[in-house]
Order: sequence, then C-alpha cells, then structure tokens
Amino acid sequence: MIELDSITKYYGNYPAVTDISFRVEKGEILGFLGPNGAGKSTTMKIITGFVPPTEGTCSVAGNDILTNSLAARRHIGYLPETVPLYTDMTVSDYLEFMGRIRELKGEHLRKRVDSVVQICRLEEYFDTFISKLSKGFRQRVGIAQSIIHEPDVLILDEPTIGIDPIQVVETRELIKNLGGEHTLIVSTHILPEVSMICERVIIIHEGQIVAVDKPENLATRLRGTERVEIDVAGPTREIVSALEKVPGVESVNRKNSLSDKGYSSFEIEAERGLEIRSELAISIVKNKWDLLRLEAVGMSLEEIFLRLTTTEDATQDGENLGIEEVSNNE
Amino acid sequence: MNNTLTIAWKELKIYFQTPTAYVVSAMFVVFAGITFILNVIGTNPEATVRSFVVPSSIFYILLAPLLTMRLLAEEQKLGTLELLLTSPVRDWEVVLGKYIASLVILIATLAATLYYVIMIYAFGEPDSGPVMSAYLGMILYGAAALAIGMLASSLTSNQIVSAVLGMGTLLILTFIDTLGSRLGGVTGDIVLEISMRTHFGDFARGIVDTSHIVYYLSIIAIFLFLAVRSVETRRWR
Repeated sequence: MIELDSITKYYGNYPAVTDISFRVEKGEILGFLGPNGAGKSTTMKIITGFVPPTEGTCSVAGNDILTNSLAARRHIGYLPETVPLYTDMTVSDYLEFMGRIRELKGEHLRKRVDSVVQICRLEEYFDTFISKLSKGFRQRVGIAQSIIHEPDVLILDEPTIGIDPIQVVETRELIKNLGGEHTLIVSTHILPEVSMICERVIIIHEGQIVAVDKPENLATRLRGTERVEIDVAGPTREIVSALEKVPGVESVNRKNSLSDKGYSSFEIEAERGLEIRSELAISIVKNKWDLLRLEAVGMSLEEIFLRLTTTEDATQDGENLGIEEVSNNE
Repeated sequence: MNNTLTIAWKELKIYFQTPTAYVVSAMFVVFAGITFILNVIGTNPEATVRSFVVPSSIFYILLAPLLTMRLLAEEQKLGTLELLLTSPVRDWEVVLGKYIASLVILIATLAATLYYVIMIYAFGEPDSGPVMSAYLGMILYGAAALAIGMLASSLTSNQIVSAVLGMGTLLILTFIDTLGSRLGGVTGDIVLEISMRTHFGDFARGIVDTSHIVYYLSIIAIFLFLAVRSVETRRWR
C-alpha cells in the first residue's frame, strides 16, 4: 500500500531523514517510534506529499507521490501533529468542507459527516465553533476529518499528544478500531503506546531506521544485553571457555579471524548493566594471549529506548492525578 | 473547478462570520459617501460618479490587502495549508478559490455604493455610459489590487506583514505615475504605463479602452500566478 524507497530529506544542510525504505501492507497498523526530532513527522509529510524528498521515491497505492500526486493524495487521510483546524468554522461546516475537497458530495457527503461525527463522538458539538473546543475535542475533529473520505491510508502524527489521560484511552480505542479498514501509520514517542495499538513497529532515530519489529519482540530487546567485542590472538576453543567463566558472561561467539597474525574477533554478551570489560582483560592477560582490542558495542538501540518515553505517566502533566489509574488499567 | 468553488464558498462563509470584511466594507462605503457628499454640497455639483469613484479607487490601497491578508497567511499560521495541500486539490485551485471569495466581497461592497448612483439618477440626469464604465474600472482595479494582496498573503504567515506588503506594493503601483511624468522620455512612459492609476482615468471619464482592460487582466494573471508559485514553494522550504 505504501512503499518508500531510499528516501532522503535535507532541510538546508541538515539531514532530517537519510535513506529510509520500508513497505506497509494493506490493512496493517504500523507504529512509528522515535524520540522527538527523530524524523517521524518528516517521513509522514513525505508520504502525504506535503514535503518532497530530496532523494528517493515514495508511492501510495501504486501512485508516485510526486509524479502522480493527486491520485496518491486521494488515498490518504492525514492528521498532522499540530492538528490544524479552521477555528472560525463550526464542526459541521469544517467536516463538510474537508469532505468536499476530498471529492465527496450530496447525500453521500451528508452521510459521511454524520458517520464520522458519530465515530468520533462529536454529536454535541456539531454546531460549535472550533475555536470554542478543548484540545481533546479538537483532536477528535482532526481524526474525523482524516477519515471522512474513507481513505485506504491513514496517517496520524502523534495523535495522543497533549490530551488528557481519559481521552488518550478513548483515542487509542478509536485508532485501533480504524485499523482493518484502513492501512494505518501512527507515530509516537511513547513506548507502551505502540504495543497497545500497532502490529509492527519501525524505530527511527536521527533520521534513520534502527529497527523494524513486532512490539512483543521489542520488549525482549529492551531487556537486552551488554555486548563487548574483543580481538585476541590464541587458541579459539580455550579462549571461549576461559571467557565464559568470567562472571556475568552469557555467551561468547567467535565472529571471524583477522588477517595473518592469528587474531580473532569475539562477541561477548553479558547481563545488562554489568561492567565485564576489566574482568575479561584480566582473564585474557592471565592466559598470556595477545589482546588487540576490547570495546563495548551495539548500544544504539538501547540508548534510543532510553531516550524514548518508556512510561506513560512521564508524558503527562505531573499534577494530573488520574494518570496512575489509567496506566494501570491498560 | 469544483474544488475552486468549494474553497471560495468556505472563504465566503468565513468572511460573513468574522468582522473583518464587514468593517472594511463599511469603511469603504462611508469613505465613498463622504466624497459623494463633498461633490453634492460643492459649488459645482456634477451628476456623475467620478467624484467618488476616483478617490475611492485610492481607498483600495487599504481595502484590498485587508480583505486578502488572512486568506493564505492564516492557512500557513494555523498549519491548515498542510491539510489542504495533502488533499486532492491543486495549488492553483486553492489560490483561485480564495481570490474569487475576496472578489465577491469587493463586488458586494461596490454594489453598496450603488445607493449613491441611485441618488444621482433621482436628482439629476447622469450619462449612463460613464457610470457603467466607471464601475467596470472599479471592478478591474479592485480585482488587480486583490491579486496583489493574494501574493502578499502567500508570502508570509503573518497577517499584518501580509497587509503591509500588499499596501506598500499597491501604494507604489498607484502613485508611481507621478515619478513617470517627472522622468519623461521612454523611461517615463514605461513607468507611467506600469502605474495602476494611469489606466484608471479613462474608465472614470467614460472611455473603455481594451489596452486598459488588458493591463488590469495582466496584473491579475501575473500576481495570481506568482501567488500559486509561492504556495508551491512552501513545500520546498
């Protein structure tokens, strides 16, 4: 349904996203996870055709977003992060207008307006000016306009940001129910949110995809291990057995041998949070093997996780007392 | 074309629901009224519309940018332009739709001044030709001024900046004829031709010259084209 092929976008000299490629199948709910400023919004703006990529191609429902823009846009419903609405219009006028520019008309338009008003529970505010609505209701109007034309592809940029906890729960329910009919991309910087909503997650950091996985697997990765790489010269089997005896080490794998001098690379995994490097060095030196390199590696994913909001209450206003119960309920 | 009308309709609704258009149009009608009265109570009252049409056209410098300042600037400020440009709507449809809405308000405002024309017909015997040509000129002049305002509105997300940009441009394009006549020669002629006021005089006198019509239509086309381009480049910034 959606296909991105090596998309790169520069803002001036600053690379917002570099070399991003992925596909989203029909009916899938894809989560876009990353810390603030990771390039989530930029990627979404590229898919919607609002921001043209510097390099690479993107297509929606088989239509290239640049060369066949109008056709691609017909398939897209979009809610930007800022929830842009015409504050001088009433909810009904606004939805009718958004329906019309998405090529709905007459009886069908009226039915769709009624239907999205019902889905997003906006009945009471049908004739209210948008400027009078609270943030949570504006969010609902935003979602309502994005689904009014029953798009194949729905792109929601941080749809639960800045609304109160009860509305967050409602919004998530709403989004979940929208999956199935629509292909969905939802971005968030809240880790638990993806496991609640999404079937697949793309983690994006500093403009690059660092992981694509199911939410269940992400949790396992989060509990991951410390990794250390060493280059050492000596008999492989003995090195492995000696290093495995170091306390905290879970596995030792020989990766490859280095050139002619008898050095080999090993990858050692250890319990998370344990510093094993000095113990490893001591063990190697004791056996009189040559140690060429010893380095902690592969922390990037964990570091990114640390920068994500890993608990729900941290994203909310600390003064709000309803938070605890809500996050417990989920 | 459907999209254009949808957008025009939406903008008209907002015009009627917010005070800007009412205030601006009322001021225009009052201004036209004052110049009209000044003619009527003067020593040599004329049964023509010239007396208020010429000064009113100057008032466009204020009126047009105030009508157009919101149209594209606010879309950029609210971020709604993002939704509009990711809908199956062409950039020119957005610009044209909004332009048409502002033009409707301008024509409605002009229609309100017909009251003075009725007075002239009631108490005098005016020549109908110049009345009609004057109104044609007023519409063309106003339409050109609005197109300039549209470009100004597309360039910024700040309505005040947009209004000032529009007024500045209109001020220069209107009064540059004084410079033209000072300069003389070919340069002077070119400057005179650029001035919006040069092309208006004939309409007020009852002369409909196609070259003047072409001038105003060109101004409209050029500035709307630039506004569309400016909206397009929003994507690349």
